[in-house]
Amino acid sequence: MSTTSLLVIAILILATLGYFLASKRAISTAGGDRRKLHSLPVYYGSNAAMFTAIPALGVLLIWLLAQPMLVERNVLSTIPDKLIPEGSSIGLVMSDVRRVADGLEVVISLGTMSQSETLRLDTEQTDIRALLAGVGAAIGSDVQPEVLEAAQNYRAQTKTGQLWMVLIIAPLALIGFALSVLAAKATFRARNTVERGILALLVLAASLAILTTIGIVFSMLFESINFFKLHPWTDFFFGGSWAPNFRGDSDLSILPLLWGTIYISIIALIVAVPVGLFAAIYLSEYAGPRVRAFAKPLLEILAGIPTIVYGLFALLTVGPALVRVFGRGEEGLLGLEWMSGATAVLTAGLVMGIMLIPFVSSLSDDIMNAVPQSLRDGSLGLGATPSETIRQVVLPAALPGIVGAVLLAASRAIGETMIVVLGAGAIAKFSANPLEAMTTITTRIVSQLTGDTDFASPETLVAFALGLTLFVLTLGLNVIALYIVRKYREQYD
Amino acid sequence: MTDAIQKLEKKKSLLQLDARTRTRNAAETRFKAYGIIAIAFGLLMLAILVFNIVTRGAGAYQQTFIALEVELLAGKLDKKGNRNLDDIKKVSTFGYTPLLSNALEAKVAELGIETDLKAKKMVGILSKSAAAKVRDYVLNNPNKIGETVGFEFLASSRVDGYLKGRVSRDSIGNDKNISPAQLDLVDALKAEDSLAKHFNMSFITGSDASDARPEAAGMGTSMIGSFFMMLVVLVLALPIGVAASIYLEEFAPKNWITDIIEVNISNLAAVPSIVFGILGLAVFINYMHLPNSAPLVGGLVLTLMTLPTIIISTRASLKAVPPSIRDAALGVGASKMQSVFHHVLPLAAPGILTGTIIGLAQALGETAPLLLIGMVGFIASNPPDSIATGLLSPNSAMPAQIYEWAKRADPAFYERAWGGIIILLVFLVTMNTIAVILRRRFERRW
Repeated sequence: MSTTSLLVIAILILATLGYFLASKRAISTAGGDRRKLHSLPVYYGSNAAMFTAIPALGVLLIWLLAQPMLVERNVLSTIPDKLIPEGSSIGLVMSDVRRVADGLEVVISLGTMSQSETLRLDTEQTDIRALLAGVGAAIGSDVQPEVLEAAQNYRAQTKTGQLWMVLIIAPLALIGFALSVLAAKATFRARNTVERGILALLVLAASLAILTTIGIVFSMLFESINFFKLHPWTDFFFGGSWAPNFRGDSDLSILPLLWGTIYISIIALIVAVPVGLFAAIYLSEYAGPRVRAFAKPLLEILAGIPTIVYGLFALLTVGPALVRVFGRGEEGLLGLEWMSGATAVLTAGLVMGIMLIPFVSSLSDDIMNAVPQSLRDGSLGLGATPSETIRQVVLPAALPGIVGAVLLAASRAIGETMIVVLGAGAIAKFSANPLEAMTTITTRIVSQLTGDTDFASPETLVAFALGLTLFVLTLGLNVIALYIVRKYREQYD
Repeated sequence: MTDAIQKLEKKKSLLQLDARTRTRNAAETRFKAYGIIAIAFGLLMLAILVFNIVTRGAGAYQQTFIALEVELLAGKLDKKGNRNLDDIKKVSTFGYTPLLSNALEAKVAELGIETDLKAKKMVGILSKSAAAKVRDYVLNNPNKIGETVGFEFLASSRVDGYLKGRVSRDSIGNDKNISPAQLDLVDALKAEDSLAKHFNMSFITGSDASDARPEAAGMGTSMIGSFFMMLVVLVLALPIGVAASIYLEEFAPKNWITDIIEVNISNLAAVPSIVFGILGLAVFINYMHLPNSAPLVGGLVLTLMTLPTIIISTRASLKAVPPSIRDAALGVGASKMQSVFHHVLPLAAPGILTGTIIGLAQALGETAPLLLIGMVGFIASNPPDSIATGLLSPNSAMPAQIYEWAKRADPAFYERAWGGIIILLVFLVTMNTIAVILRRRFERRW
């Protein structure tokens, strides 16, 4: 069992012990009369458990996250440049070092070798690659002496780090334990302390949302900065072509991808906005309660279907159907030869449009329902027909909200992945023909980051820059949409 | 004004519509019709989608089987004759193929079917997994060597497709895996009732298979992967989401920090799922070195993705608990914290549960982030044997498995992808139904 898990178990046992000791002690200081306690005995116990476990576990968590990074940085500086083979990177060498180090630990835990034997290992005498392969750690090439040295260094530093970890955290838990048990007297306001602790946990949970956002931004920002160090930003933002080449010297411009993304999104919105809007108008203004109760949930099923299903629907049903209409020459329905493969802008756009119908209809429906009845009554009272009322009174009043709904749908379309991965194709180009295959930002992120990737090449790192652009784009649309929707709601409340 | 009055005077009766009213009424009818058409279009698309899934996926649950009596020749399987398991293990699946061809040849001869095919070619109508099936059987029952045992083998995907109408004699022109003569043999066998299509349980319980044998691929292992991911999501997202909502709804002061958190949550709910995949790749795999393709990592990513959904629905149900409950609790001496945890939270529990189930259903169908953390592109063959390996060893998930099959560009795998979708949708429908029932049964109106 590893040091860490032993430490965690020890802390938890200590915390349980603290719980019982503290509640016992509190009752005894009150002379066995519970009424003389400030708080219920549970709170004295919880207070002790909290002070024993939470600071110690918190520090442990931070330690576990920080230590690998520090050790890695130290070891990295000792690796000589000549060790890095042509076409490879420091990152790959480092992962080899890590694998050798982890493998040696496994060797020890299996009992093949003792701790001191592994420290005396020498690349001249032992075939380390074979040794490690024997315990299931596969190394790509023969282990070089420098790598072994770095790995030993890595192990030594990790060991020291773990020693310090125990030396710091164990006393921390003990101090918390001692202080909180000693504090458990009848006059101690245990409930207030415990509730402050719980409140802190609640705040922590709530700020996880901010942490996630920060994580998203920084994880993509750092890698994007690495990318722009390797690749000119002018080419990324203003270049004209996308042609990744894993031997280097690629054209990596976002513009053709952005064009594909926007083109597909526009087709999707051309399908979704009129259909969704008219559906919403009918549901909110004409339909009786029975039709509403039946049609609305059914339409919303479309939004609950996983996108992979739509992707398959595009690739295997809609695409071939379109080919039958627009392609195949004489055999086709129209005798045209305009479309050759099932993947095309139109395929992906149509299917995405179907997916977005409920987004537009549900949101617009809610917004039109929020338009005060008095406006409608006024218009109808003046002799307007229901459709005139809708066109000239309800829709203008609901317009900002509807625009917000359309923007939300657009942001969903831009960020949609599975439909375009399966239905749009992989060719990056500027073309206005909707029957051709084109590619989008999301599909390129998937293709650059899956498969055998080297995390130091611009061809891989570009995915992070693409991701960041996508994030900023969708975030911008969402913020504007939410702003418009909120602004509008305030008007009638 | 006078014009209008004159126009009105020309009209003989109120019951007779003038031209302008007729146009306006026509416009009204048209407008209403557009609405009906729009709804009909949406429902039609839904119907087409469901029809497509059911008709194309149902085939995956039916598979063609061929029953054969295989003689387990001792001379081939255990040359030393000492029934030593290690020696028997040395015979690879290639060593078993002659047994199959013998069995098939015997069967064809017994039924009196005439064919020019050599026995070696005949085996082509069986699945490539057939030899492995016999080998597994022999390794488990070494004492059966030398006897004749009845097996039911999967037919190859081409034969299966032929019987299901997916493969025709025209379509196999350049197919190396099947020839017209083999199809003749299939026809003859079918006429003798030696070939049968029946329910295929191994599609639901089995694991993925390599490109060459689509007939043996199943969803079972990826279902387990999905199960472990959902476990992680439930264990993490529910407590964190509830804690965050309690703070925001009950304790948070109205200030700019709270505002930022709220705006953040509503924005996170609309961030494209693939961005969460990039986050997972960068933070959990590249930085924390958690294992690639592990359901734990998938679960963590989906947790971050589901949190906003759970927070939003939990806050709504906390808000629905009337303030009088809180006031009453405070009035009899409870602290603020006690009033929330002892009174408000239990009353909001059904709503929270409903929101959580809907969030889980969303996470279950999500594919894009899983592609980036490597849950596709390999064959997850063995079901995990403990919770730890279930969380940490590479696995796939249901939607990722469906994507994997969709990518393989083989109609036999397409059928399995549609079949997999049926399983996925059954799960989603069940979860949503439970959520609706919970809401109907326990929701209180104050």
